[in-house]
Amino acid sequence: MEHTSLLERILRGAALTLVVIFFMFPIAWIFMMSFQTNETILRIPPQLIFEPTLANYTALITGKLVTAAGTLDIAFMRNLWNSVFLSVTSVAVSLLLGVPAAYAFARHKFRGSEDIAFTLLSFRFAPALLVLLPLTLYFQKLGLANTYIGLIWVYQLICLPLILWIVRGYFEDIPADIEYAYRIGGHSWFATFRKIALPLAGPGIAAAGLLAFIFAWNNFVFALVLASADKQPVTVGALAFITSSGIQYGQISAAIVLSITPTLALALYAQRYLVEGLSLGAVKG
Amino acid sequence: MTAATTVHRPSGFRISKRVLPYLLSLPALLVCIGILIPFLTSVVYSFQRYRLSQPWARQFNWGDNYISFFTDPKFWNTLEVSLLYAGITVVLELLLGLGIAMLLQKRSTLNNFISIMLLMPLMTAPALAALMWKLMTNPGFGVLSYLASLIGLQDFRWASSPSTALLTVVLVDIWVYTPFIMILLLAGLRSLPTQPFEAAALDGVPRSFVFFRITLPMLTPYILTATLFRLLDSIQQFDIIYAMTQGGPGDTLTVFQVEAYLNFFQSTNVGRSAALMIILWAITYFLSNIFIKNWLRLRERARGQA
Repeated sequence: MEHTSLLERILRGAALTLVVIFFMFPIAWIFMMSFQTNETILRIPPQLIFEPTLANYTALITGKLVTAAGTLDIAFMRNLWNSVFLSVTSVAVSLLLGVPAAYAFARHKFRGSEDIAFTLLSFRFAPALLVLLPLTLYFQKLGLANTYIGLIWVYQLICLPLILWIVRGYFEDIPADIEYAYRIGGHSWFATFRKIALPLAGPGIAAAGLLAFIFAWNNFVFALVLASADKQPVTVGALAFITSSGIQYGQISAAIVLSITPTLALALYAQRYLVEGLSLGAVKG
Repeated sequence: MTAATTVHRPSGFRISKRVLPYLLSLPALLVCIGILIPFLTSVVYSFQRYRLSQPWARQFNWGDNYISFFTDPKFWNTLEVSLLYAGITVVLELLLGLGIAMLLQKRSTLNNFISIMLLMPLMTAPALAALMWKLMTNPGFGVLSYLASLIGLQDFRWASSPSTALLTVVLVDIWVYTPFIMILLLAGLRSLPTQPFEAAALDGVPRSFVFFRITLPMLTPYILTATLFRLLDSIQQFDIIYAMTQGGPGDTLTVFQVEAYLNFFQSTNVGRSAALMIILWAITYFLSNIFIKNWLRLRERARGQA
C-alpha cells in the first residue's frame, strides 16, 4: 500500500482539494457575504477583496435596520433566543425522561419491553407531518398552539428516541456484575443507578444529549407548522426573514451565519462523540 | 445500617424488580402516547371527506381518498418525484461518500482534519443550507449563477426553472448529507482488520480485485446502515425542498411531505393530506422494518465478536 506512484498521489490530492472546495465553499461564501454591504454583494463579477463591515451584525443585534427608505424592525434575535430556549429545554426534558427509561430497557427485560422500545424507535423514522397535521388541530383546541410547552412536547419526538437508543446501548455494555456487587454492599437501587450506572454511561449520555441538541436546533418543520412568528426558532425565522426583507442580502447572510454557528461549533468541539450517535450506535465497536 | 432497612430490603427488592422498569419507562411512554393519538387521528382523517373550508361537509367516505389516487396524475407525480429524489440522492451520496471515505482512509493529521471539516455541512440545518444555496444561485448576484455564466450557461436558472429544479435540490441534499455516509463508511473502513489486505498485497493481487472482493463485502454492514438511514430520511425530505422552492415551480417538486403540507394549509384538504401521509408512512414502515431487522442482526454479530 505504501508504494503509491507520483501520479496517484497527485490525483488523490486533486480529488481531495475538489471535495474540500465543494463542501467548504458555501460556508465560506456566506461568511464573507455577511461582512459586506449590499453594494459590494451586488457587484459583478463577485469580489474577493472588499472592506469588511459589521453593519449587518449590528443591525441584527440591535433589531433596527436603517435604510434610505426608513427604519425596519428585525425580530431575528428573538428567533435566536427561541432556538436556544427550545433546544436546551427539550434536551433537558428528554434526558430526564429518556435516561431512566433507557436504563429500564437495558437492565430489565420486562414483558413487552422490546416492542415498546421498537415503537419508540419507529418515531425516528415516521414522517413528521403525519403526526403534526392532526396535532395542529388538537393544539388549537387544547390551547397549546404557539406555546413553548407544546413545542417542547413535540420536540420530544426527535430527542427521546435518539437518547433512548444511544444510552440504552451504553447501559447494556456495563456488566451487570458491577452493579450487583455494589448492591450486595448494602446500597439502594437508586444509589447504584446514580453512583455506578450513570457515570459509566456518561460518555453515551453526553453524545446523545449533544446530538439531540443539534437535531432539535436544526429542526424546521415542527415550528413551521405549530408556531407563529414570536415562538419560531432560527430555521423558520430565517426563511420568514428572507420573504419579508428579500433584498437585504447582507443581513440575511449574517442571520444565517449566526444560526449555523452554534451547531458547527458543537460539531467541531465534540466531533468524536457524534460519529457513534449519528448511526444510533450501529457502528459501535 | 439499621435493622429496619435490613429487614425491609428483601421484600422491597422483589417488588421493585417487577414494578421498577415500568415505573422508569412510564414518563417517556406517556409523552409518546400523546403523540400516538394524532397518528390514529390521521388514519381516521384519511378515511374522511374533510376540508377545513367546508367543515359541515365532513363525513366518512372510507377508501375514496385512496381510490381517487389511482386516477390522480398529481398523486403519481408525487410518488414519482419522491422516489426519484430519494433514489438519485442516495445513490450519488453513497458513491461520493465511499469515494471520499477511501481518500481519507489513511490516518494522518491532514485526513483527520478534513474529515472533521466535512462534518460542518452535516451539522448545518437543512433548511438553512437550502437558504444558503438559494443565495448562491440568486440570478442577480449569486456566485453559482456567475460561474454558470462563465462556462457559457447564460441565464441558468437553477431552482426556478422546472428543468433544473430537481438538480438544484439534489445538489443541496448531496452537500448536506454526503458527509453522513462518508463518516459512517470511514468509521467502517478504519475498523476493518488489516490481515486480508496485507495478505493480498503480498500476493500482488490487483487493487480492483481487492476492492470488489475484500473491501466491499467487509464494508457491507456499514453501507447497509448508511443507505437505509439515508433512504428513510430522503423519501421524507421536506426542509430542503420547502425552503428552496416550496414544491415549485408548478408541481415539479411536490414530494410526499411537501404535497401533504400544501394540501393541508393551502387547499385545506385534510382528508387527502392524511391519506398521502399514511401512504408515505407505509413505505417508510416497510423500509424501516427491513432496516431494523438487519441492524439488530449486525449488532448481535458485533457483540458476539467483542
